[in-house]
Parts: sequence; C-alpha cells; structure tokens
Amino acid sequence: MKKTFDWSNVISNIKSYVTSHWFGLTGLLLLFIFLFITPSFLTTTEVGYLINLWVLIITAFVLIVGKVVQFFRKNKHFVPSESAPLISGLGSVLAIIIGLIVGLIIMYIVNPEQAFQGFLVILKGGFNQGMASFGTMIYYAVPIILTGLSVSFAFRTGLFNIGASGQLIFGAFVAVYIGIKWDFLAGVPFLHWFVAVLGALLAGAAWGAIPGLLKAYRNVNEVVSSIMLNYIAVYWVAIMIKADQSIYFKTQDRLYDILPSAVTPKFGLDQIFVGSQINIGIVVAILIAIILYIILFKTTFGYELKAVGLNRDAAKYAGVNAKRNIVLSMIISGAVAGIAGAMIFLDRGAWFKPEIVLRPEGFTGIAISLLGLNHPFGVVFAGLFYGSLERGGEYLNLLRFKHEIIDIIIAVIIYVSALGLILQKLVIKNLKWNSKIFQKIKRVILKESPSDQSEGGATQ
Amino acid sequence: MDYVVELLHITKTFPGIKANDDVSLQLRKGEIHALLGENGAGKSTLMSILFGLYKPDTGIIKVRGEEVKIKNPNDANRLGIGMVHQHFKLVHNFTVAENIVLGMENTKYGFLSMDTAIKKIVELSDRYKLKIDPNALISDISVGMQQRVEILKMLYRQAEILIFDEPTAVLTPQEIIELMSIMRNLILEGKSIILITHKLNEIKLVADRCSVLRKGKYIGTVNVKDSTPSLLAEMMVGRKVSLELKKKPAIPKEVVFKVSNLSLKNPHSEKFLLKDVSFEVRAGEILCIAGIEGNGQTQLVEAITGLTPIHDGVVVLNNEDITQATIRHRNNAGISHIPEDRHRHGLVLDYTLEENLILQSYFEPKFQNRGFLKFDEIRTNANYLIQNFDIRSGKGPETKTRSMSGGNQQKAIVAREISRGSDLLIAVQPTRGLDVGAIEYIHHQLLNERDRGKAVLLVSLELDEVMMVSDRILVMYEGEIVGEFDPKTTTENELGLYMAGSKKREVQ
Repeated sequence: MKKTFDWSNVISNIKSYVTSHWFGLTGLLLLFIFLFITPSFLTTTEVGYLINLWVLIITAFVLIVGKVVQFFRKNKHFVPSESAPLISGLGSVLAIIIGLIVGLIIMYIVNPEQAFQGFLVILKGGFNQGMASFGTMIYYAVPIILTGLSVSFAFRTGLFNIGASGQLIFGAFVAVYIGIKWDFLAGVPFLHWFVAVLGALLAGAAWGAIPGLLKAYRNVNEVVSSIMLNYIAVYWVAIMIKADQSIYFKTQDRLYDILPSAVTPKFGLDQIFVGSQINIGIVVAILIAIILYIILFKTTFGYELKAVGLNRDAAKYAGVNAKRNIVLSMIISGAVAGIAGAMIFLDRGAWFKPEIVLRPEGFTGIAISLLGLNHPFGVVFAGLFYGSLERGGEYLNLLRFKHEIIDIIIAVIIYVSALGLILQKLVIKNLKWNSKIFQKIKRVILKESPSDQSEGGATQ
Repeated sequence: MDYVVELLHITKTFPGIKANDDVSLQLRKGEIHALLGENGAGKSTLMSILFGLYKPDTGIIKVRGEEVKIKNPNDANRLGIGMVHQHFKLVHNFTVAENIVLGMENTKYGFLSMDTAIKKIVELSDRYKLKIDPNALISDISVGMQQRVEILKMLYRQAEILIFDEPTAVLTPQEIIELMSIMRNLILEGKSIILITHKLNEIKLVADRCSVLRKGKYIGTVNVKDSTPSLLAEMMVGRKVSLELKKKPAIPKEVVFKVSNLSLKNPHSEKFLLKDVSFEVRAGEILCIAGIEGNGQTQLVEAITGLTPIHDGVVVLNNEDITQATIRHRNNAGISHIPEDRHRHGLVLDYTLEENLILQSYFEPKFQNRGFLKFDEIRTNANYLIQNFDIRSGKGPETKTRSMSGGNQQKAIVAREISRGSDLLIAVQPTRGLDVGAIEYIHHQLLNERDRGKAVLLVSLELDEVMMVSDRILVMYEGEIVGEFDPKTTTENELGLYMAGSKKREVQ
C-alpha cells in the first residue's frame, strides 16, 4: 500500500464527479435553499409561498432530469417498452389520471358550476394554502405511508396483511400508555418518545406474529386470521382502557393527554412549514422505507423473503426455511403498522378513544401499497399523493362538494390499477409509438452523433 | 391429389416473435402426416390456428378443397377436425362412456339416455379395434387406455381429421406399438392424421410424409420412405447432429449414496407410494431409474432430497445418515438436484438469471457478508456460468428467467447445480421439453460429471435416454424397484415389460 497522496488524482476525480453528477448536485443545492434559506426570508406571505413553491418545483425537475440523464448514460441500450418498472410505474400514473377524470365527471354531474374550480382544488391538494397545508398534508400522510409499507412488505413475501388496522391500534395503545404513565423517562430529551415508539413497534410486531405463526405452522389463511384479529384488538384495547382508571378520562370518554416529553418532536420542521401540524413522523416514515428497502433488496434475508413470496416451492427446494420467513415477515409488517399507530397518537390533541371502530388507515394502506407497486419508495410517493388528495378533499368542503368525492377518486384509481395488465399494454403501445422521441432525447443526453444510432433503431 | 386439409402460407406474429412465417401444410386423405420440429418451432401455433384458437395474420385454410374461416374450436369440430391432446382432458370419476358423450349427450324427455350412446361406442370401438369397456371408470384404466378413450371421443364426434399431439410421451414401448397399429386402422377406415412429434423413430415407423418446421419457418416436406432419421434431424435442427452419444466405459468407484428400505405411504389412503426401495449409487457411474410417469419416481426424489419427510427407511450420503436432515443440510452435504418441474422447484421465475444462479448458495460467505449480498460477486458468478454453460438470454445476468426459453432455463439450472461440485447429482427428467441441441448438451454435461468421478442419479421417462446415457438401469413400477439391468445387454422391449408391471424379478 502506497501512502503517498496523489492530489491531482483526487482533483480530477472530483472534477469528473461534478461533471457527471451536476444535475444531482444542483438539485441538492436547490433543495437546501428550499428547506433552510428561503423560509427564513419569506414568511407566510403569498409571494413568499409562491417563490418557495417554484424553488421546490425546479428542484424536483432538476433532480428528476438529473436522474434520467444519469440513467441513460449508464444504460445505453435501454429500451423503454421492455422495462418492467417503467411500464408498471407509468401504469400507476395512468390509473391516477383515469381516477381523476372520473372524479371530474362525477363533480360535473353533482355540481356543474363549481366542477372545474373544485377539480383545481383537488389537483392543488396539499398546496392549497401554502406551506401550512403542505405540512399538514405530510402530517396526515405519515400513518398511511407506514401502513402502506407494512402491507407492501408482507405482500413481497406472498402474504396479504389485512390486519394492519389491528396492529396499528394495538401499537397505538401501548405507545399512548407509555406516553401517559412512564414519566420517569421524561428527563432525557426524546427518550420518552423513543421508548413509546419502541413499545408500539413491539406491540404491533406481537400482534402481527399471531397470524404469521398460524399461517406457518397451522396453515391458517392469514387474510382470515388477521382480519379477525383486527376486531379482537379493537375490543380488547377498549376493555383495557376502561378497566384502568389511571389512564381513562371517563367524563370525556378518552385517554388522558400524553406527557409533553412523549410528544413527537418537530426538530424545527414547523419553522419551514409554518402553521402546520408537521412533526418528524415523515422522517421516521422515510427512514423505515429505506430500512425496508435495504432489507428487501440488499440482504440475504430479503432474498429469501422474496423467493418465498414469488415461489414457495422453489424456496423450499433451495433449503429456505419458509415457515420462519413467513413469521418474520409478519412480525416486521406488524411492527411497521404499530409505529403508524404511535405516529397518529403521540401528538397533542390526538385523543385516543375506546371506540369500537377499525382505523381506516389499515385498509387505505392496502390501496397505497398497490398504487406504490409494493416498492418501499413507491409507497412513500403514493402515500404523499394520497395525503395531497385528502387535503384537497378538505378544502373541497369550502365549495359545495362532499369530501367523499376523494374516496371515489381513490377507489377508481385502485380499481383501475387492479386492471394493471390492460394499462400496461396501453403504456407499451404508446412507448413504442413514441420511441422516435425517446431516441432523440437519448441522442441529446448521450451527445451521440446520429450515425452512432444504428443499434438504437432496432427498438422500433 | 386430394387434400383434406390445406394450410397455405400461414403467417402469425406475436409481439416480438414470428411464430409462423409463411408456413404451408397439406394433408392428403388417408395419410399419416408427421409435423416435426423442436420446441418453439411453431408446431403448436400452427395447430392452434387449424383448431381456431388463433387467427392467422395472413394465409388461408382449406378443408376438402373449400376455403374456410375457423373462428373457434366448435367450428373445427363441425368441420370434422379433432385433437388428441398430450394431457388428456378426461373426468376421472366418470365412466368411459360418460366422458365420451360429455358435451353432446343424448337425451330423452330431458333425461340422459346412455343406452344408444353406449351401443354406438361399442360399435366404434370394435370397428377400430380399440378394445374399450364403456362402463369402466377412467381412474381405473391405464394411461394407454385413456388415450384410446380420447381417440374414441373424436371418432364419436365424427372427426375425419385427427391431430395427435405428442401421443407417445406417456406410453410404454408396447403401448406405442399398439397405438401405431390403431393409427394404421384409422387410416384404413379413411381418416387422416396429423402427428405432432419430435421423435424420429416414430415417424419412420408410422408416418407417410413429414413436414418440418424450424424457428417458425417451413423447411420442407419429405416422403418418409425416402429419408433417414439423420436427414430429418438435420432438417429440424438446421445442422448435423449426432444421434449417438459417444461415451467412455464407466469406472465405478466407492459407494457415494445409499438408500435402504425406503417406504412411503399416501397419507390419505393406505396405499404405498414407495415400497421397500433400496439401491446405491457409486462415484463415476450414472444410475438410471426408468419407469412410466407416476410410479413413485417423483416421491422417491422428493424423499431423497428432503422435500417430503421420511418415516421408514435410511438414506446415507458419504457415510452420513441424512434421513432426517434438513434440505439445506443435504444440499451442503453434497446433493445437487435438477428438479423435475423447473418452473415449480428449479427457478424463481420472477428473479433475474443472476439471482437464480445463486439460489442454492446465496448464504455462502462468497456471496454475502453479515447478511448483505455481494452484488459484484453475484455478477461475476453469473457471467462465469453464462459463458461456461452457454446460457443465452436477452439481457445477460439481468434477464428475468421467465422471459428465457425452456432450454436456457434448464441450462441455468444445470449450470447452477453442476457448478456446486456436489458428490451426487440427481437429475429428474433433465431433458423434458427440450430440443435436440439442448438434449445433446445436457447429456454431455451428465457424462462429464460422471467422468469427473461424481455419482449421477438420473430419473427419466424416455427409454431412448435411459438406454443411451445410463450405466445401470433400475425399473420402478408402482413404487417398487422391479428389476436391475445393464443397458448393454437389455433391450427397450424387455424394459417395457417391466415398466408395465407384467414382469418382475428380485434385485440382486
């Protein structure tokens, strides 16, 4: 090993890195400006908001274009109509568009005068009232992203976890219980909160383990057992709450407020999204998405899980312990759903009531998982999109529309996504039709002269 | 010359592939016309077009000289075209007669009247010498008999043109001869037959003319009398192929693998699936287990490889008792397994080629570090195997195995299993559904393994393969080993008698 440092080499490395990644670097710089510089100069005024919005849009554009350029440079022989992720991704986008169009039609039937105005409100979604509504959109998207991640993870192992709702409520109960009772943790900053989340994680995991064990060792269909466990969780939690006078605020039929030390911290995010309820829940959700992504795509454990999900017989043939994997997958899925519960209720004013109602997040998570193509990052985007629609629905109430329009749109999107194959065929057809444009873009990106393009022409 | 069916200049394109490219086939009245081609050559597509399952892009179909449009199988039936499928379409708990009339039952005042139907069936059976008992249950009769029921079903529907799709795949040599004579009888009665096959000796035995397809293209039609098997093989593959396998004599060494008194019962009944099976495989030899499908071979391999638990008997590998060991333990202890069903067991079809190539070894330190996969190593491994075993695919290591051809999927499995360097290689029907080139290749790989001093256990239904590759043959019948043979001294006929259960002798 030579220890001498070759500076010219380093500099040329940096140079080539900057030239090849300049799109990404610019994007990151803009993101930094968006997050930390502009908010301090421009407060909630309309102009400031608009400027900040534009910075965000440009950032997103630069990052996406940068990614595309990088991709094409890496995969010179990329054929769009043969790329499965691209096709299914565009299929999802198409489903969204169809869902929105159906929504527009319904709005037009219900209330023709305000239909287009209302539709714009839906499209603007989380951007309706500047950073405040944007932050609130993220706030409400967090539990849905988490349940979506929960469902999608189990789905990768070939399991259909309909029990996210029960795992969520069980986790939420444990989190709130710790938040109220374990005041001895209040001394260290964030420790109380962290332990409460951990408690939710373990509770959700335990609740998810039951259908997993039943499936693995008794071959009980996990759909049936997990859906039944939803009800058990709801009733049991209600019984436990009412039995314990030290946590049950009887006159208001709810639990007591959690201690301030157990409230989910904001870490200054409320300074950026002024006037919103946002907290670091979104950071937790993204972290979990990254962790699940690493588990699924980078580890031997994920390799086994996916093998079991895609072909259980082949996994068995390869000596994979399918039973263990099923249980572990359900435990992880349940843990994530449990955290979703903690994220809902570890906040001021989020009162936990001993209601006999299944939380809708568990079921929305199934839809989000489907829309996000069961990929952790896809789920994050699908969840944010859902949050935006939800916000749009809230603002729709200002016009003469019902919030339920949003539910119809979501339902149509899911319905259309389920017809994925037809959509994908449509996408493939159009990609082919567009392949000349693709070739042109490719040529620009790769800076190739047209004469080098002979092999690219084979795609048509 | 009279043609009953003419398919003229048929072209059919599927996305990305021309399945039939200007293919013509003319069937004369009263002849047996063989349709020869490798897997993927377009035989099935052509027959599906004739049967109305696909619509051709261009080209015309003539039946008895008149141009027709066949839109669905019902049209085909109406025109007197009937198909005997490779996998029989019979209801197992119905009688023969019930199966035959199914779909066109005679009724009287809305009630089923079987008497006239049975009379007609018996009459047909006698006329074509099919020897069928119309009142027997399908589940009680042999596979050969079931095939005759299928034929009778077509005759009952007054089919004039019969298509046989790989009819001999499930038959013993004796049954094959019987089928051939039935086909001859059918011709004498004025029927015409299209025989889809890739077995050259059958064509030589029974067919009058033979049309060859290769990669969707029509290669030519020859009179079988004037041609030789090697000429047909050359037409089919597009190059010279050796139909003989050159092999050195085996040098068996120490016993690597030993099975003693292995028995297995069907959990739902008291029937034995395996009965007192004992044998041993030595290093440097290929032991072949022959038998007709469904005589316990699948169960035997599943028990040996750990896919089903063993309650009765002992399995020893390299002097280690692995009777109760886990699958993973067996694999690591030295068993490589090329499974019978490559889609069910052998591959995760939605994984890429490189991911499938580490299916048995992803947990080894070579491919992982503290639970994290080493993607560079995986890619290196894939490139190495792709090059050495000539696995062809669209996008190299990143190809989804689902999109690969059957032959290359099988090559991938063979590459994976052989590269692990296990002492015992179990290959179950490794050449099923493959074309001549791939079969040749896999046979060579098996022989190479043997010559390198590995023990090879080959389970095969194809007698040609058994006779050609193996050094020692065991015949299984109804879960029992009924005889041991030396391929040099035995004949296909003798094996066939044992396979059908009509002869039995003690294994030394």
